[in-house]
Formats: sequence, structure tokens, C-alpha cells
Amino acid sequence: MTNSSLVDFTLYLADSTLVLGQRNGEWCGHGPVLEQDIAITNITLDLIGQARSFYQYAAKLIGNDCTEDRLAYWRNEREFKNGLLCERPNGDWAQTIARQTFFSFYQRELFTQLLNGSDSTLAAIAEKSLKEVRYHCRWSSEWICRLGDGTDESHQRLLNALDNLWPYTGELFIAAQYEKDLKIDTAGMSISWMTALSDLFAEATLPPPSLTSTFMHTGGKTGQHTESLGYLLAEMQYVQRSYPGCEW
Amino acid sequence: MENLTFETHFQDKIDQEIKIEPRDWMPEAYRKTNIRQISQHAHSEIVGMLPEGNWISRAPSLKRKAILLAKVQDEAGHGLYLYAAAETLGLSREQMIEDLHSGRAKYSSIFNYPTLTWADMGAIGWLVDGAAIMNQVMLTRTSYGPYARAMVRICKEESFHQRQGFEILLVLSKGSEAQKAMCQDAINRWWWPALMMFGPRDTESTNSDMSMKWKIKRKSNDELRQQFVDMIAQQVTLLGMTLPDTELRWNEQRGHYDFGQINWEEFWQVVKGNGPCNKERLAARKKAWDEGRWVREAATAYAAKQKQKQKAA
Repeated sequence: MTNSSLVDFTLYLADSTLVLGQRNGEWCGHGPVLEQDIAITNITLDLIGQARSFYQYAAKLIGNDCTEDRLAYWRNEREFKNGLLCERPNGDWAQTIARQTFFSFYQRELFTQLLNGSDSTLAAIAEKSLKEVRYHCRWSSEWICRLGDGTDESHQRLLNALDNLWPYTGELFIAAQYEKDLKIDTAGMSISWMTALSDLFAEATLPPPSLTSTFMHTGGKTGQHTESLGYLLAEMQYVQRSYPGCEW
Repeated sequence: MENLTFETHFQDKIDQEIKIEPRDWMPEAYRKTNIRQISQHAHSEIVGMLPEGNWISRAPSLKRKAILLAKVQDEAGHGLYLYAAAETLGLSREQMIEDLHSGRAKYSSIFNYPTLTWADMGAIGWLVDGAAIMNQVMLTRTSYGPYARAMVRICKEESFHQRQGFEILLVLSKGSEAQKAMCQDAINRWWWPALMMFGPRDTESTNSDMSMKWKIKRKSNDELRQQFVDMIAQQVTLLGMTLPDTELRWNEQRGHYDFGQINWEEFWQVVKGNGPCNKERLAARKKAWDEGRWVREAATAYAAKQKQKQKAA
């Protein structure tokens, strides 16, 4: 295992949680009902908290006075390694729920694996985060059921959202070089992820997901993103970059 | 005659500091005043999420982003308690929200001002939450039980927010020249609107007399405003900043700070809907509500189906 693979993988974990947190945060104050505004903000807070833990670890590995904010605010589009799924725009509530479900189910598999992995810091972060992720899985599953088995409109909107986002799920299970170096078993994860989703979809009266029949986008893990990431980062990073070297 | 006895009994309770509870008899005007005030307070929390929510995506550090998110989320929580308190008086949350959207119900005018820089997050916490706390501490002793109890919880979180706001400004005040300028600019823009938050002068406040008699309010607008000025005039020196008022000075005789004239013309314009962001704020709330309709409908339909299934089983 090389140090640079570990750094890259940690940044992948950090960037994915931060970018999804940044997206979910856009709901704060604009949710469909007050209780859910609070719930999605809670999830956002968890994701930002996870991102901070991963960035702090990456900063420590990099050394040279690197900090979490240096990594979050001073890297460009081509350096961000988050999964493409995380940067997809919020769309309607169905799209946000679909994105969260795909990602939280994936995180549950990934963090379970890290828990038993060789890196003790990642294992510790995964352990703490898993408690949160299990709640995110439960919360988003409940919404998949409500929307899937709610009204005709909600069913249709959810189907559209799943269709929209499905092509961004494939890359989560294609190992980047740094994942291969760290012996992350992405293929194994994809099987349990698919099984869990199939069960959920059946409960929600939705057709089963299929991994084989659709084209999948890739590139996020190695810094080749969709157009929307640049805007997200421009907004997120502008204060730091306008006033370099300041404390906040 | 009978109403008179009820009313005497009601006023007796108030005079003896016994809380009025939802099932107790109360004069219709007392109910209406409380509904108006509590729902307005709830709406202020919800609309108040918007100006700060603006900066979640742009917070200058991850730590600040997390703190700001948590703060805006607290406001949503306050809105929830307050809607629940108002519902005990017989109006549903949906109805209150409709009233907000139709303009029948108001919210605090302060949220019609724009948040233009990061320093505004500090100024809002320190000045706006600071002004709100003056009012809210008083309301922990208000005569309507559910409202008073909601305020106890809210006050704890609000004083935390105020310290956080001050801390944001403190960091800026020790930073670069640009940060200092940003800090002073935010104070300049928020100071006068914060003073307006206490409402019209006592001589011009229409709702005050009855509210005092019923102990919904316990201090007048001007008393609270003075208390606020006295507190902030001291604290601003810790920041090494100034308040934008050339007439502000300590008055030995009164034992208070004297301060300049509030621009009441501006105050009434904003109340009437002509503030910098009135239209945007209301439009954002309506959009969220309208676009959330199908989501709420789905949740209701699903719950009904589940109930049906349970019955059948």
C-alpha cells in the first residue's frame, strides 16, 4: 500500500461526502415540510462531519501544515475525486431521495468494509459514521416507500429520478487504481448493495433495479466530472479564495 | 353577566401569575392576540432561515459551514415548537402557513434585509438574535403556558447563537484590513434595523396596553430597546468597532445610553412590503410550499394505505 493511494482514497471519501452535503444543504429552509427540512439538514450535518474527519486525516497524511480547509477550498474541479452521483443537482424531492438512497446504501457497504480494513483511522471514522449512515438508510428507505407507494404522481416522479440517477451509480463499484491498491472489494459491495436495493424497491412497488442493462458514466473518482461540479465549487470556495491566508 | 365572572376569574389568575392553559376559558381577544403573536413568531423563525441559509453554501470554512447549518436547523426547530404552541389555540399549522403566504400574517421585518457578506452571519447572530433574546427572555414569563414553555427552550439556544455571532465578528475584527472593513460594514447595515425589531415607540404602539394587562408582554418596546442599546454599546468596544450613531453616548443622569432617531419611515415601508427582500422572502416560502405539495400528498396517501393494511391484517 502506498501513502499516495491512501491519500487519494481518503480524499475520495472526503470529497464525496462534502459534495453531497453541499447539495443537500441547498434544501435547508426550502424543504417540502418543516420536519423534513430538519431531517435533511441533519443528514447534511452528518455528511459534513464525515467529510471533516476524512479531510483532517488526509491533511495529516500529507503533512506540511496541510489543513482540512486547504483541501476543501483550494483544490479545483479536476482534483476533486467525488463520485459523480454526489454532484448531481437536487432536482425535486424524489431526485434528492433517490440520490441519498443510492449513496447511503453504498456508504453502508463501504464503511462496513473499512471497519475491518487495515487502516485503523479509517476504521474508526467508519465506525462512527456507520451509526449515522444506518439512520440515513432508514430515513431514505422510508421516503422511497412513501413516494413509490404514495400517489401516481409521486410514483412517476420517483421512477424518473431513479432513471436519471441510475447511470451515475455504476462507477461507485468500479475500483479506481487507489482502491485496487488498498484492496477495496468493490465487486463484493455491488452484490450486497443490489440485494438491499431490490428488497427496498419491491416493498415500494417499484420495478427492480438492474446493473447490467444501462450505460454507466465514469470519471468522478479520477477527477473528470459533470459540468455541475465547477459551479458548486465556485460557490463553495469563493470566500476563502477571495481573501487568501485569512482566519474565519 | 356570566362572561364578566369568567373574565374576572381569568384576570385573577393572571394577576396571581397562574399560567393560562389551552382548555381554560379566555377572552376572545386574548386568544386572538396570542395566535397573532405566536404564529408571527413562528413565521419569523421560518422566514428567518432564508437570509442565513443564503450563506450555508458559501461559508468560508468547513467548521463555519457546520455551525451555520446547525443554527439554521435550530430555527426550524423553534418554528416547530411555536407552531405547536399556536395550534393549542385552535388554528392548524396549514392555516397559519396559508395566512403567511396570503400576507394576512406577518413575520419580523428584519428578515427583509439582505445578507450581503459573510460578516452578516456574525451581525445577525450578535444583533438580531441579541435583540430577539431581549424579547424572548421576557416571554418565558408570558401568561399563556404553552408559549412560555416553548420560549424557555428557545432562549437557551438563542443565547448560544448570539455568542456564536459575536465570535464570528470577533475573528473578523482581529483579521486582515478587508475582514475588519467587512465586519464594520455589517454592523453599520444591521444596527438600525435591529433597533426597529422592538417595534414602534410606546406612544405609537397599538397592541401594547392590553398585552401588558394580560401579561402577554411584560416590558414595553422602548424599555426593551433601551436595554438592548445599553448592552450592545458596551459589547461593540470589545470588537474595536463602532455603532453607526453619532448621538450615541452614556447619559450619567439617566443611567442609560442616549441614542439617535430611528428612521420610522423606513420601518413602516418595510412593514408595508417595500423592504429590500420582502418579495423574495415570501416567494421563496411559497415556492417551497407549492413544490412540496405532491410530497406531502404522497406521505398522506402512503400513511392511509399503511393504516388500511394494518386494519386488514
